[in-house]
Amino acid sequence: MFILSHLWIIPALPLLGAALNGLLGRHWPRRATNIVALGSTGLALLATVEAVREFFVIGPGYWPWTQNYFTWIAAGTFRADFAMQIDQLTIVMLLVVTFVGWLIHIYSTGYMKEDAGYVRFFAYLNLFMFFMLILVLASNYLVMFVGWEGVGLSSYLLIGFFFRKNSATNAGNKAFWVNRIGDFGFLIALFLMFRTFGTLDFAGVFGQAAANYSPDLAGHGVLTAIALLLFVGATGKSAQLPLYVWLPDAMEGPTPVSALIHAATMVTAGVYMVARSHVIFSLAPVAMTVVAVIGLVTAFFAATIALVQNDIKKVLAYSTVSQLGYMFLGLGVGAFSAGIFHLMTHAFFKGLLFLGAGSVIHAMSGEQDLRKMGGLRKKIPWTYWTMLMATLAIAGAPGFSGFFSKDAILNAIGGPNGIYLWGLGVLTAGLTAFYMFRMFFLTFHGRPRFDEHKVHVHESPKSMLVPLAVLAVLSVVGGWWAAPELFHGDNLFDHFLYPVFSPQVGSPAAGTPNAFWYAIGRGDATLNYQQTLEFMAAATGVALIGFLIAWWFYLRKPDIPKRLATSLSGPYRLLAGKYFVDELYAAVIVRPLVWLSTNFLWHAVDEGAIDGTVNGVGEAAQESGGILRRVYSGNVRSYATWVVIGAVVITTFLIWMAH
Amino acid sequence: MVPVSYFLILSAALFGLGVMGFVFKRNIITLFMCIEVMLNAVNLSFVAFSRMLGELDGQVFVFFVIVVAAAEAAVGLAIVILIARNRKSLNVERVDSMKL
Repeated sequence: MFILSHLWIIPALPLLGAALNGLLGRHWPRRATNIVALGSTGLALLATVEAVREFFVIGPGYWPWTQNYFTWIAAGTFRADFAMQIDQLTIVMLLVVTFVGWLIHIYSTGYMKEDAGYVRFFAYLNLFMFFMLILVLASNYLVMFVGWEGVGLSSYLLIGFFFRKNSATNAGNKAFWVNRIGDFGFLIALFLMFRTFGTLDFAGVFGQAAANYSPDLAGHGVLTAIALLLFVGATGKSAQLPLYVWLPDAMEGPTPVSALIHAATMVTAGVYMVARSHVIFSLAPVAMTVVAVIGLVTAFFAATIALVQNDIKKVLAYSTVSQLGYMFLGLGVGAFSAGIFHLMTHAFFKGLLFLGAGSVIHAMSGEQDLRKMGGLRKKIPWTYWTMLMATLAIAGAPGFSGFFSKDAILNAIGGPNGIYLWGLGVLTAGLTAFYMFRMFFLTFHGRPRFDEHKVHVHESPKSMLVPLAVLAVLSVVGGWWAAPELFHGDNLFDHFLYPVFSPQVGSPAAGTPNAFWYAIGRGDATLNYQQTLEFMAAATGVALIGFLIAWWFYLRKPDIPKRLATSLSGPYRLLAGKYFVDELYAAVIVRPLVWLSTNFLWHAVDEGAIDGTVNGVGEAAQESGGILRRVYSGNVRSYATWVVIGAVVITTFLIWMAH
Repeated sequence: MVPVSYFLILSAALFGLGVMGFVFKRNIITLFMCIEVMLNAVNLSFVAFSRMLGELDGQVFVFFVIVVAAAEAAVGLAIVILIARNRKSLNVERVDSMKL
């Protein structure tokens, strides 16, 4: 059981890679950089696989497996260990992170080939892997917070990777600041958790939360407050309303980064965190409702923005926000494993979409505007076919991975009284199919809208195509865990995660129906087989309509979108302007803050009070020195005179004292 | 026997003369001699007290002072000679280049 007792090896490998490349990489040939970067992540993947094997060898009696390495902080009653744990949820995250991460490392060797910052890029990417693995392996909230902040840092570094471009550094700063708001909520949640439970260990917190659960506690709202604050953290990291604004801007980073950090792994950290805290959340029905509603609204909201974006990466960015919304919707309605299921399939198909977009951008020599593409199907067939798989998966075409995971979420809300929520979710699925195929058709079909003499479209190198192909396969088969459900069977993914999410695990509500079902009036009814099929068929039908509209608009009658844009210019401008949320934030928050900082904090407090005090002390010393230095005439006899006067004064004083 | 106060008054008078000389004279050699006068005034009171108390500590101190004075004279005269060579003058008021 080597790896299980040394779980730290898994994150330590990428850290080592980051350190080697970051410190020595400049002096190495590129081949050595590749070996270190790919080797460290590849070994982390192998170590993960071995850990999973060992995990199933030791058997359920030892689940979840926790390893405590050392006491990190001990202060008063507060105690935080550097401890790691592994259970089924961790396994899913570990495999996704290491496997997709490794593929994207391979892809990057091709994509970043021409870049001067090649070594720096891989050092950052490995650093990201390290923090992400810490995040998912942590067995208490504090270690998780380290990973949480660390991935934020790596994300910042990689968004601003092209630091000579102003927009890139601004986007990096924006991501960092917006995430600070979320992290603040997370941190307050940790304080509150410590105050309530006296510990930050997962086992301790969940055990106590469940054992001491009483309607009274819920009435005081401590659990609800903790859950909501944790969710504030999740909205920052996972780009939900109202903190999603950083993610579309984060597309300034290199495309592999968008694929790895801003689609497949880091942005799902919030989903993972909420799922990990499912005990707290399921005891706080109000918080669950908030999660579900925010998730659903975000999914719909971002999908509408994605309808009219013209930058291929921006479409995918809003699509990511929207899909993350789906995941939170799943978590919010208590279908934790469905949320994690969608997280996994999303990592496959969205990672693939971004990598494919990168391949398109590579082929077009840097062009990202959909209006200047078109007709690429024949020229880059590998990219075309793999992208098609991913697009079908995200649109929810039957049999593809997204179909199963999305329907798992939608079916979780489906029901007599959850029908409005379900309807909005399905409508969003239709929008998703529309905007994804819009992007797909604009890129690959129709006539080329660029100058074919100037742009030499070329297929990407093998190092980029192989990851595409692997992810394409996963985008198809990644959802087949749930396939037996169609044939009266079990959802194997639910089954796999059951030990983590089963109601018995620390939930006092074991056997009692989820309060959320009652909040939305569904009761504890779940769909029977017949209803499941009906709901799936309805969702698929709506997605099909979305696809058909995209086909009609962009292949059959390419002039319709333009006419619509003019006839519905109001809504169109609203969408194209992304609901002007950035402008709103700038007016309501950023500019007042800048004004306050400039005029009050900078000019008044910093310059006036602090600098004034410091400089005042200095000037006072200088002034008094200027006066006192006249005493030092440079004349020895005058000094002697002062000595004599001093001696006389002291002697007189002593004599006077003696009497 | 002469009372100790006589010695102390003489000592104080000598010390006062040394101080006056140090403060009012300008010639470096003279200042130097004034310092010697002050030192010896102190020596006198040491010896007087030593005799009054019947102990030898004060006299031992006097030897120390004499040694220090000799060393001081050696170093000090060397400085005086250098000043005289460099400035062609022994006027102490001219030696003020450290003044701002």
